[in-house]
Order: sequence, then structure tokens, then C-alpha cells
Amino acid sequence: MAGDKSRGSYVSTEEQQRQIAARLVRQRIQDAVFRKTTLSFALFVLLLLGAIITSLVLGAYPIFEKFGFGFLTSREWNPVTNTFGAANAIYGTIVTSFIALLIAFPVSFGIAIFLTELCPIWLKRPLGTAVELLAAIPSIIYGMWGLFVFAPLFAQYVQPFLTKYAGDIPLIGQLFQGAPMGIGMLSAGIILAVMVIPFIASVMRDVFEIVPPVLKESAYGLGATTWEVVRNIVLPYTKAGVVGGTMLGLGRALGETMAVTFVIGNTPKIAASLFEPGASIASTIANEFAEAGDGGHISALIAIGLVLFIITFVVLALAKLMLLQLSKGEGSRT
Amino acid sequence: MNAVLQPYETPVTPTSKISVRNLNFFYGSFQGLKNINLEILERRVTAFIGPSGCGKSTLLRTLNRMYDLYPGQRAEGEIIMNGKNVLDKSQDLNLLRAKVGMVFQKPTPFPMSIYDNIAFGVKLYESLSKAEMDERVEWALNKAAIWGEVKDKLKQSGLSLSGGQQQRLCIARAVAVKPEVVLLDEPTSALDPISTAKVEELLHELKQDYTIAIVTHNMQQAARVSDFTAYMYLGDLVEYGVTDELFIKPKKKETEDYITGRFG
Repeated sequence: MAGDKSRGSYVSTEEQQRQIAARLVRQRIQDAVFRKTTLSFALFVLLLLGAIITSLVLGAYPIFEKFGFGFLTSREWNPVTNTFGAANAIYGTIVTSFIALLIAFPVSFGIAIFLTELCPIWLKRPLGTAVELLAAIPSIIYGMWGLFVFAPLFAQYVQPFLTKYAGDIPLIGQLFQGAPMGIGMLSAGIILAVMVIPFIASVMRDVFEIVPPVLKESAYGLGATTWEVVRNIVLPYTKAGVVGGTMLGLGRALGETMAVTFVIGNTPKIAASLFEPGASIASTIANEFAEAGDGGHISALIAIGLVLFIITFVVLALAKLMLLQLSKGEGSRT
Repeated sequence: MNAVLQPYETPVTPTSKISVRNLNFFYGSFQGLKNINLEILERRVTAFIGPSGCGKSTLLRTLNRMYDLYPGQRAEGEIIMNGKNVLDKSQDLNLLRAKVGMVFQKPTPFPMSIYDNIAFGVKLYESLSKAEMDERVEWALNKAAIWGEVKDKLKQSGLSLSGGQQQRLCIARAVAVKPEVVLLDEPTSALDPISTAKVEELLHELKQDYTIAIVTHNMQQAARVSDFTAYMYLGDLVEYGVTDELFIKPKKKETEDYITGRFG
């Protein structure tokens, strides 16, 4: 009976109980350390965000002190005379992003629907990979391509065409008039659209794929067409993802710097025509930060940076509100 | 098993609704159904039983060509309904599926209100006035024996209902478009016994107007609700006959082994 000793009896000895107690204490400490560590990492994010906001606000303070909120509405941006107004850049940012979304949303939607609902299996993978690769191209390459390849072609073929056929339409006609230079607000918007399409499309594709097949089958089972299934089942089911993906794209479009700087023309003005050059917040900062001196220029650049931050934040908040609104249409769940 | 398997005893008005002839089904290179021949009779409940993977759901999904949604799945042979071969390339799928409704294993309410869940299918093929639509929704919910439970909350989400109610909502949705055939793929496997009983009762009601095909894992259920039962195994139709006879005196040894639980 040599085994008896090592196996012990069914009642644990004091020594064993002491060991168990010691192990429990050790586990509690380990758990506490783990909890504190992850908590500190999470807090670090808040700290970082706070630090960035603080430095933006502090940096922008002098310019707001000098011009007040007129800084946001003034169209005068002249580093030589030290007068600064952000309206041009804000306009440029919002208009280019709006154009980008206007083009990118339907195209991305089409790509995602085709990939999830209609694409033959052999084409699915290559096409999906192509979309992801498009997202991986650095923005400076988009900028170069936009300036050297896209802009000349755009000026030669597309802009004259737009002027000819859309230039006389009341109200929107004036958007398409002016010299076809290739670069300008419209070009920047289109390049941005190309850049955000892969983001929006791949998010949409991913969320469309999580729709349970049996839910779609139920709708097909009633005799619905692919479009009716997408419109009534897939979209309502995935609306959070669709809005989220679109906001991701919009966020990227609002803040995109390099590609826009290449093709927007970098002239701080607001023109009626989309063919005219303009400037966005990001492109203004990128162009001017190097030679910005004291006397308000740096502060003005930081201030428009803060404005960009706020715009992005507002866009996100609006998206959340929109989602709340949308889920009301579904009927309450209580 | 080339001969057409007819139920042994002919009921009073035995009109065939669907004739399945020499049906073979393939998932890529795997053959899921092997030369199936059977008649599904009008205004009767036909049950399909058999162990998992025997092809009963597959057979159901060929009847409304649901498999067409997935590349690599194909069917050969004939499924004659109303004198036309459903498997024909020229068959309009949306029209077919409007005539052959389907209810699934798990309740699948659409992400919309209870009212809209019912109205959805109806709107696809009919343009009804508000009053007519209200009437149709009430009619369908009544058919599915759920009107009383939901009439005060038609605007609420279909997802707010309990599992059993959701399933009856789905049945109402299938019935609302006035199909000719209703296919049920294990409609009660996710439900509690009380809801199950309600759905079974419902099938008795529905067969006054519709031809019903039901796949079930529950043999008592098949015995309770169906007029005819088909036993399938590994893609073959082993035995097909009047439910009472098949359960009391099966002709084939395999069927007997399965229904008495001696299987495998």
C-alpha cells in the first residue's frame, strides 16, 4: 500500500488546506494585476484623447481670442497680413467629402450586393481581393495618379462633356462651368470617392454576409426578387453596419490630406463652379505648416485642425442619431 | 426503386398536386437525392421522415427550387406541378415561390413590424388598398391562430414575439400570399411542447385549403399530423404510404427499424 501515502485520504490535511489557501491568494493577486493592467491601457486611450483635445484648444485659443467666432465664417485667409478665416477650408472639406460620398455610396453598395448576392463563385475571391487591395494603396499614390493621370484626362474629356450637357441646367448648371483645368474641387471629390469606395464596399460586404441565409430564403420563398430581398431584408438587418461603413468612409474623406492636396488646387476660395480650385482643411495644413511663423499663423492652422476634429465628431454623432431614428421604423420591441 | 411509389390506399379525392419523377439532386459532386419518385396529393399533409442527412430537407428545397440560390447545387428529373415541370429553365422562380410557400426550422420574422411581416409578401404580387390589406393581414393571422395574441400590437416588431408566436407569424406570412402548397422544414424543432401543439393543430386547419409537405425529426409528430409519410434514407426514398399503415405495419424492414428506434 505505498500508493496510500501519496494519494492521501479523502479529508485534506492542514498542510493541503494551507496550500490551497496560498494558491487562492496568488490567483487573486494575478487577477487584480491583470485587471489593473488592462484598465490602465484603456485609460491611456482617454488620456491621449484628452491630451490631443487640450493641445488643440490651447493652440487654437489665440486665434479665437483675436477673431472670435468670426474666424469660422470669414473667407479671408492671408498669412502675410495675419488675417485668418476658416470658411474656405471648411467649405472645401465638406464639399469634397460630400461629392466623394455621393459617388462612393451607390458604387460601394453595388459592389457589396454583387459580391454577396449575385457574384458567381469563381469571381468572388478575385474581386473581393481586388477591393481589399484598392484599400491598401497609400494615399500619396492616389494623389500622384490623380494629378498626373486622372486630371489631364478629366480636363480633356470629362469636363468639356459636363459643361456641354450639364452646364445649362438651371441651378446645378453653374457647378459645371469654367475652365477645364483637371484639378479642382470636383477632381478632389472623385479621387476621394475612389479612395473610400474600397472601405465602404468591404464593410458593407462583411455586414451583408452576416445576414442569416434562412432569413433571405424566407423572403425569396415568398417570391421576392433579389432587389426586393436586399431592399426589405438585407438593408434593414444590416443598417448599423451600412451606416457605420459609410461613416468610416466619410471620416476618411474628411481627413484625407495627401491625395486631396495633389488635386484640389490649393487656392483658398469659394467658387460657384466645382471645376475651380479650392482648399480643404487638411490640404491647407499640409501646405502651410512648414512656413507657418508666429503671429497667429500656427494658431490658425491648429484652429482649423480643431474644426476638422469637431466636424468629424459631429458626423459620428449624427450617424448615431440616424441609427436610433432608423430602428424606430422597425417597430418597438417591447 | 424505379417504379413510382404510390400510396397503397387511395383516399376519396386523390388528386396529385406534385409529381416527382426520377429526381436526382447534386451538391457539387455529392448526390443528395437518388432517383426519387413520388406523388404529393392535394389538400393532404405529407410528412418526410428519416435520419439527418437522408435528403428530406433537400427534397423539400427542390420543390420551390430554393437550392437555385446556391451555385453548385443542381437537380435532374421532373417535378410536375399544375402540368408544368418546375425544374424547367423557363420556370419563373418568383412566381413558383409565390405559389409554394415555405416555413423554416427556426422562426425567421423579418426585421419589421408584425403587420409588415405579413404585408411584405402580399405587396410583392398584389396591390391592395389599405382596407383590403388590413383585412388580408387579419385573415392570415387568423389562419395561423395568432390573431388574438397580436391584434393589439401589429405595429410592434416581429422580433418582439416569443419563439412559438414568431413561428406562427411565419406561417401566417406564408399563408398570406395564398399559396397552393406550403412546405414546412422541421417547423417545431425549436419550439416548446405547447407551441408545437398549436402549430400541429394549425396544420389540420390549413390542409382544408392547402397541400402541405412537412419534414420532421419527430416521428410522433409525423404520425399525428400527416396523411401520408415518406421514409428516406441516404438519399433514397425507402417507403411511402398512408401514415397509419406505414407506422403500424411498415412494408420494409429498414422502415420498421427506424420507426421502432432500432435504427443504427
